[in-house]
Order: sequence, then C-alpha cells, then structure tokens
Amino acid sequence: MSVAAHARTFQGVGVGRGLVVGPVAKAYPSPTLPGDGGGSPADLVPAFDRVAQALTARASAASGALADVLGATAQMAADPALRTEAARRVEAGETPAEAVDRAVARFVDMFTAAGGMLAERVTDLRSVRDRVVAELLGLDEPGVPPLDEPSVVVAADLAPADTAALDVAKVLAIVTQHGGPTGHTAIIAGQLGIPCVVRASGVMDVPTGAVVAVDAAAGTVVLDPDPAVHEEAQARSEAARRLAQDTSAGATKDGHTVKLLANIGTVQDAHRAAGQPVEGVGLFRTEVLFLESATAPTIDEQVAVYSEVLGAFSGGKVVVRTLDAGADKPLAFATQPDEENPALGVRGYRLVRRVPELLRTQLEALARAAEATGTSPWVMAPMISTAQEAADFVATAREAGLRGPVGVMVEVPAAALRARDVLEVADFVSIGTNDLAQYTMATDRLRGTLVDLLDPWQPAVLELVATTARAAGAVERSAGVCGESAADPLMALVLVGLGVTSLSMSLGAVPAVRFALRSHTLEQCRAAAEAALAARTAQDGRAAVRALADPDVVTSLAL
Amino acid sequence: MPERTVAIGSRQGLHARPATLLAQAAGAAGLPVTIAKAGGSPVDAASMLLVMTLAAAKGDEVVLAADGPDADRVLDELAALLARDLDDE
Repeated sequence: MSVAAHARTFQGVGVGRGLVVGPVAKAYPSPTLPGDGGGSPADLVPAFDRVAQALTARASAASGALADVLGATAQMAADPALRTEAARRVEAGETPAEAVDRAVARFVDMFTAAGGMLAERVTDLRSVRDRVVAELLGLDEPGVPPLDEPSVVVAADLAPADTAALDVAKVLAIVTQHGGPTGHTAIIAGQLGIPCVVRASGVMDVPTGAVVAVDAAAGTVVLDPDPAVHEEAQARSEAARRLAQDTSAGATKDGHTVKLLANIGTVQDAHRAAGQPVEGVGLFRTEVLFLESATAPTIDEQVAVYSEVLGAFSGGKVVVRTLDAGADKPLAFATQPDEENPALGVRGYRLVRRVPELLRTQLEALARAAEATGTSPWVMAPMISTAQEAADFVATAREAGLRGPVGVMVEVPAAALRARDVLEVADFVSIGTNDLAQYTMATDRLRGTLVDLLDPWQPAVLELVATTARAAGAVERSAGVCGESAADPLMALVLVGLGVTSLSMSLGAVPAVRFALRSHTLEQCRAAAEAALAARTAQDGRAAVRALADPDVVTSLAL
Repeated sequence: MPERTVAIGSRQGLHARPATLLAQAAGAAGLPVTIAKAGGSPVDAASMLLVMTLAAAKGDEVVLAADGPDADRVLDELAALLARDLDDE
C-alpha cells in the first residue's frame, strides 16, 4: 500500500481483518488530581451546572435505557447533597477539584457498601466526578464523546464502561495506545466485528477530526492516507459485506464439514450470536459471570443465566466451559492471594482441590438449566493435565445429572501428549491454543515483549495440536479449537488439515474463515498442515501456507 | 409538620429512575421536603443520591414531610408520584 509523503504510520497489534478510513474521535481518560489540587472556588457551582446541563441535553437526544442512564447521571450532577458536601469541603480549605473528588468518593463508598442496585450506579457517580473535575481543571471531556458521524475512536485505553457505552453504529474502528490483543476492548471489538488496533504507540498525538486509515489486518493506523487507501478500504468493506452474506454451514470446497461456532461470555453475546449464521457456541466462558462478584453466584442465579444462554440456541450446539479462574482471571472468592506462579498454580479445573463445591454447584446449575430448556449442552473443564483429572471431571458431571457430551480442554502439553488416554474417558476435546502456546513455549501470556514466542504458528505448538487431533480422529471423537488461532483464515486451513472438527471464534471472524475453508479442498488443507509442521520457524510456516493458499483468498482477505 | 405515609409502587423500588423523578419533583416544589423509611432518619427528598441510599423496595412504606404554606398540596403530589409504578412509564 503506498502512502503519501506526509503520511504518518502508527504500528500496533490488529484485531480483526477490516480496513476503514474515517475521522478521529478521541476519548479521554478520567482526570487525575494535580499536586496542587486545582480549580477555582468560584467555578465549583458553574462546573456542576455545565456538566448537569450537558448530560440533560444528551439524555433528551437519546432514547430507551441510555436516556434513563444519562438522565440519572445528570440528576447526580445536580444533586443538592453532593453539591453541599463539595462546597463544605471547599470552605474547609480543600481545592474545588479535591472537594469534588472526595465528596463523590463518600457517595461511592455508601453505594458500594449498600451493594445491589446501588453498587451498579457507582460507574455513573465516577463519571460525574470525572466530568466535573475535568471542567474545573479545563481538561477535555473524559470518556467517549457523542459521535455525530461514523468515526474512528482513539483512546489511551478504554474502560469497560466506555466500551459498553459506544454507539456501535457510528464506530468505524477502535484504536488504543495501550491495552492488549486479548484485553476486553479487543474482545468486544472482535465480537462486534469492528476493526481494532491496540498498542498503537503515539496515536494519541493525532488530533480530533484528522482522517486516518485503520488496517486491522496489518495492525496499522495511517494519518492522512492517500486516495488509493480510500479505494482499498471501499473494496475491502464490500468484500467483507459479500462474505457476510454467505450463511452456508462450514465446509471445505469438497464438502468436508467443519462446524463454525462462536465464543461467548455473556447472555448478551449469546443473543447476538444466536441471530448470526453460526452453528452454535464452541466456547461459553462462564467465568465472565463470576468475575465481578465478591462472592460466588448462587445456584439459582447460575440456572437463570445458563437457561437464557441455552434457550437462545435451542437445538444448536453449546459447549459450556466450567469456571476457568486464576492466572490472568483472578476471582475475589476463589483465588489465593499468595499464589507465586498463578499460571502454574491452582487455576481452572485445579480449583476442585480447594473449593470442590464451586464446580459441583456449577454443574448442578447447568443440569437444571438443561432440563428447564430441554437441551443437552456439551460441558468441558479447563486446564486438565492428566487422564485421571479428565475421568474425575466426567464422573462429577454425570453425578450432577448432565446427559450431553462431557469433555475437556487441551491446553497443557501433558494432556496433548497423552490425548489418547484422555479420550478414553472424555467424550470430546477442545484445544485452547492461547494457553497451549503459553505452556508449550514456557511464555507468560501477559508478557507483551515475548509475543513472538506465543505465536500459534510455532511448529512445537502445532505438533501438539496434531497429536491431539490424531488421537481424536482414531476414536472418531470431535476435537475442536477455541483459541485465537481458529480466527486466522490461514491457520483455519492448517487446523482442518490436522483433523480438527470444529472451529470456535469471535463472531466477527467467522465470515473470513468460512470463505477460506470453502475455497480449499480437504486435500489442500492437509497439504497446508504438512507445510506448517515441516517449517522450522513460525514465520516460515505461515509463509509456506500463504504460498499454498488460493491467491484469490489471500488477496481478498489481505492475508 | 404535615406528613404523608406512602407505599412504594415501583416494581424495582426507589432505584435511579424513580429517585430521579422524585428528586426533580421535590426540587421544583419550592419548599424543603424530607423522606424517610418508617422509623428511619429523614433525608432531603430533592437529593436523588440520598433518596437512593434509603434502598426502599416495592411495598416499603416511606414518610414524606414538609413545612410551609403549600406543604399539603406538595406532599399529596409527591405521595401520588411514589405510589405509581414508575418502572412502567
């Protein structure tokens, strides 16, 4: 791609495949208090007023739940008790910014302590604090600005609340200076099919309104792109639209079927995926439900959530993964604080050693939800290392009353190497390529600087995928892949060639993978798998497969 | 001082939306109005934050109180507001 002489390129890590061109809308972080506190006392009331007025105006322009939230937030900025408390603090000698910060903090503490519906309003209270403090300090409005036209949202980082508040119809792409490809912003962008580039160093220097090209496939953000890039963006988005129209079941050119499934974490994800041309859910990450809780959700709460998810896919396949906590997903009520090597410690299935009732309750809730919805979900345990653990898990699931297939994840090299034994007791396996790479390469997933070692194209990682798929093929059981790599169209060919029977990924990745599979025969996939395994390095492997792939696929997907 | 006791009509109790509507109406009343849970200490009804901290659920009785020339009319209006199911509107 040629760029104009004055163009500036920011390199980051891309999520998705899209290329879009549009104006920048910048989202600003919540303001920190300067050392000297900041703000003029005379401006305290006007600052509250400006925030309340702006939010009221926005509430009247919005509708439904968003209008309610904005209206309530405006009322918080107008609240006499909050204003009185802030004014009292200013009189006592605090600077206005400090006074607002602490007055809000008092309510935040009260609301948090009360729990329930009050605790859910804490985000709105903090947003009032951020807005009023920013007004007092003369800073840009924090959070994502209202988007008048389709825009590229650029931020240092986006809080989950900011991401959730995005007006998806007007977001062309999301670019962050920090964050990682497996962070929540990237995950949500992937689910929504919005091109995303994370870790784009220096991108916050780009001014609001400047036109940028965001190429998720290349991981680049180009300032003032030349007309050729506009044309390419148009062509790629048209190609993407065409791909999305293909709703046929996943299969190779010669009709070898490969189930294309969605990864989900919440009830909202389930409803979104249920309307899309996928053949079910290959990974329902149940820990999302637990992550923000101080205590384990009750069995009734779990039954309600599982029933809603299973009901959304009645008839379709849903693979539920039991609680995968620990390591990068600590749970308030289950994680030991003194874990020295969390990734190698008590996480995933290993939690049964410390809190066996957590798993039993979850499986029981799932069995009740299955009965209530008349479905038979597949269920699997994460972080299984031995055939004995697999056998124990299967027994526990059966005791709980689950009648569908019971399987395990293959993420630990030990389980991959002994997949034959594991499959004697488990009905199916699902390979989690992210963790399998982490454990095969002895590389912390959270260490950005070691990212090359975590490449799923590493031949050693593929070797273990091959071993697992072969073992499953020998006993005609299904072996799925539900990691990042299933979303890479070239890797999808390799996985199918290795004998993988289903691919589960974020919704946005499905059309490109479907297209890649449909353009190649099973024989071609096997050749791709051989080439990838024969390579000495990850780069060589990918290059070899790219050379073997249909040139039309390589061009239209910008591989 | 004139008072009105009323049972909360909103299905989800006095959460953000009903509390906002009450605070707006109380703020516009032109005289100070307090609200308390039966037996609890009263708070400013014009503050939605304080109203929310009452954590009044559907069916809970609350006591509205105000003093002034217009107090009876204002209290009647606010009591009628709280008795409605504001979650349904």
